[in-house]
Amino acid sequence: MAQTTLDPLNTNLLGGTSARRKSTAAIIWVLASLSLVAIVGPAIWIIGSVFGKMMKGWHWSVLTEVGAGLGGGLLNEIIGTLMIVAGVAIIAGSMGILSGFFLSEYGDGLLGGVLRTASEVLAGVPSIVLGYVGYVALVVHFHWGYSLGAGILVLTVMVVPYIAKTTEISLKQVPIAYREGAEALGMKNSQILRRIVLKTALPGITTGMIIATAIAVGETAPLLYTAGYSQSLPALSFTHHPVGYLTYAVWNFYNQPSVTAQQLSFDAAGILIIAIILLIVLSRVIVAMTQKHSEFR
Amino acid sequence: MNHSIAVRERSRATLLKRFFSIKAVSRIAAFLPPAALVFATAILFAEALPAIKYNGLGFLTHTQWRPGNFYVNPVTTNGVTHPVGALYGALPLILGTLESSVLALVIAVPVSIGAALIIVEKLPDHLSQTVGLFLEVLAGIPSVIFGLWGTLTLGPMLARDVFPLISQIVPNIAFFKFFKGNTGHGEGLLTSGIVLAIMVIPIIASTSRDLLRQVPRLTKEGGAALGFTDWETNRWISLPWIRTGLIGASVLGLARALGETMAVAMTSGAVLGANPSNAFLPMTTIAATIVSQLDSALTDATGLATRTLAEGALLLTLIALATNIAARLLVRRVSSTALPVGRGI
Repeated sequence: MAQTTLDPLNTNLLGGTSARRKSTAAIIWVLASLSLVAIVGPAIWIIGSVFGKMMKGWHWSVLTEVGAGLGGGLLNEIIGTLMIVAGVAIIAGSMGILSGFFLSEYGDGLLGGVLRTASEVLAGVPSIVLGYVGYVALVVHFHWGYSLGAGILVLTVMVVPYIAKTTEISLKQVPIAYREGAEALGMKNSQILRRIVLKTALPGITTGMIIATAIAVGETAPLLYTAGYSQSLPALSFTHHPVGYLTYAVWNFYNQPSVTAQQLSFDAAGILIIAIILLIVLSRVIVAMTQKHSEFR
Repeated sequence: MNHSIAVRERSRATLLKRFFSIKAVSRIAAFLPPAALVFATAILFAEALPAIKYNGLGFLTHTQWRPGNFYVNPVTTNGVTHPVGALYGALPLILGTLESSVLALVIAVPVSIGAALIIVEKLPDHLSQTVGLFLEVLAGIPSVIFGLWGTLTLGPMLARDVFPLISQIVPNIAFFKFFKGNTGHGEGLLTSGIVLAIMVIPIIASTSRDLLRQVPRLTKEGGAALGFTDWETNRWISLPWIRTGLIGASVLGLARALGETMAVAMTSGAVLGANPSNAFLPMTTIAATIVSQLDSALTDATGLATRTLAEGALLLTLIALATNIAARLLVRRVSSTALPVGRGI
C-alpha cells in the first residue's frame, strides 16, 4: 500500500542531522499532545458552561411542572422525549434488528449487497431533509398533523441503518462453532436462534440500540416540523396531537428576552447532557461485562 | 485451511435457511431502508418540481433570496403560480454550506490525526481509554447544545478576544483578505466552522485511531530497524499505510458537516441570502435556511416558497450523498471494520 519511495540513507529526506531529526520528532509530539487539548477542552467547556448556567437558576419544580408560556417547567418535554424514545426503541428497534438479522444470515448475495448499500446511503441523508420529507408526506399529505407518530416515524427511518449495522456485525461475530454445536445437539431452529445466536449477539445489539436512543434523545431538526410542539402533557395518541421534547426547549427558549425562558433552555440542555452521559456509561458497562466473559478479545 | 473456512462460512449462512417464517419477516424489515430512500427522493422531487421549473438554473447562480410580495395577487409563469417578484438564488447558501464544512475539515483533520497518533503511540492504556470517553461524549452531545454553546459562549468570546487578533495578524493579500475587516459579534462563518470542527473531530479521530491500531507491528519495527525516530516511523510508514482510510474518514466527517443543521443555524447568524464580505460576519447554509425558513415559507399561499425549500433539500441531499458514498467506497476498500457506526458513540 505504501508507495512512497524512500531511501533511508538519504538524510536530507528525513530532515538533516540526527539532532535535528530528534527535535523535529519532539516538536511534532508536543503539537500532537495539543490536539488532545482540542478534544478534552471543548468537551469540558461545553458541559461546564451548560451545567453552570443550569445550576444558577435551578428549581426542582422544573421536573414536576408543565410549561406555561415563557415559564413553568419541563415536565411535558421530558415526558414527550421519553415517549418519542420509547416509540423509536420499539419500532426502529424491531425493524432494525430484523433487518440486521436478514443481512447477516441471508445477505451474502446480490440482494444483501443492494440492501446494505441502500441502508448506508439512507444513513447519509441529512436529518433536516428527512424531517422535511416527514412534514410533506406525513403531516400534510397523510393529514396526521404535527404528531407523535410523524416524529417517531422520521426518527425510525433515521436510526434503522445504525441498528441494522450493529446487529449485523454482532451476529456475524457469533462463532460458527456455537451454531454447529447447537445443531449437533439437535436443537430446533427457533431454539438455536433464541438461545444461542441472539443471546451471544445481545451485547452488540444492545449497543446499537443505545446509539439509536442517543440519537432519538438528541435530534432536533427532524422533529421540529413533524412532532411540532405543545406545552401540555403529550396525549396518548399517535396522530393529530403535537408533543413537546427537550431539544425543542433548548432551541426555542435560548434567544427569548425573558430570563425564565432562557433558564428553561439551559435546564433542558443540562438534562439532555446527563441523559447522554448515562447512555455512554451504560454502553461502557455492557462492553466491559461482555469482555470479561468473552474468550475472544 | 482456506477451504474449510469457506465451508464453515457457507454453513453459517445456511444453518437457519429453512427457518422460513423468520426469513420472510426479516426480509420485509430489510427492505425498509431502500423503500424509505425511494419514497423520500420521490416526495422531494415531486414537491420541488414546480420550483425547479420556476427557478431554473438561476437557482444555482443568483445571489438573492426574495420570496416576492405575498399581498398582491399571484401571477403565473411557465405554468407555475408564484408571488409577484419571487426570485430565489441559492448561491450564497451553497457557498456557505461548502465553506463552513471545508473550514471545519481544515481544522478537524490535523487535530484528529495528531490525537490519534498520540493515543496509539504515546498514551498508556488507561489514559487512551479516558480520551476515548471524551470522544464519545463529544460525539454524543446533541447538536442543538453545540449551537447553544457556540452562540452564547464561544462566539462572543471569539469576537471579543480572537477575531480582532486574527484580523490584525493575517497579511493583507489575496486570499487572506477574507480574514480582514469588521470582526462582527461572533455569529458567522468562522464560528460555525470551529463548532462544526469540534463536532466532526470525534468521527475522524476515532476512525484514525482504529486504523492506526491495525498497522502491523512488524512493519513499524522495520522503521525502527532503519533508525527512524518514532515520528518518522509514523510519518513514512503508518500514515501512508492508512492513507485511504484517513481520506475516507475525513470525507465522512465532511458529509456530516454538510448536513448539520441546528448548530449552524444557531452559530452562523442564519441571515437569509447573506453574502458575507469576510469570515467573521453572519452567513447561512442550505440546512440552516430550511430549518429557519419553513415557518415563514408556509405563509406563501402559492406554495412556491416551501417548494423552493424542497429544491434546496434535494440539492443538499445530492451534495451530502455524493460525499458520503465516496467516503464509504474509500473506507471499505481498506477495511470493512473501519466504518464508524452512528455518530461515533
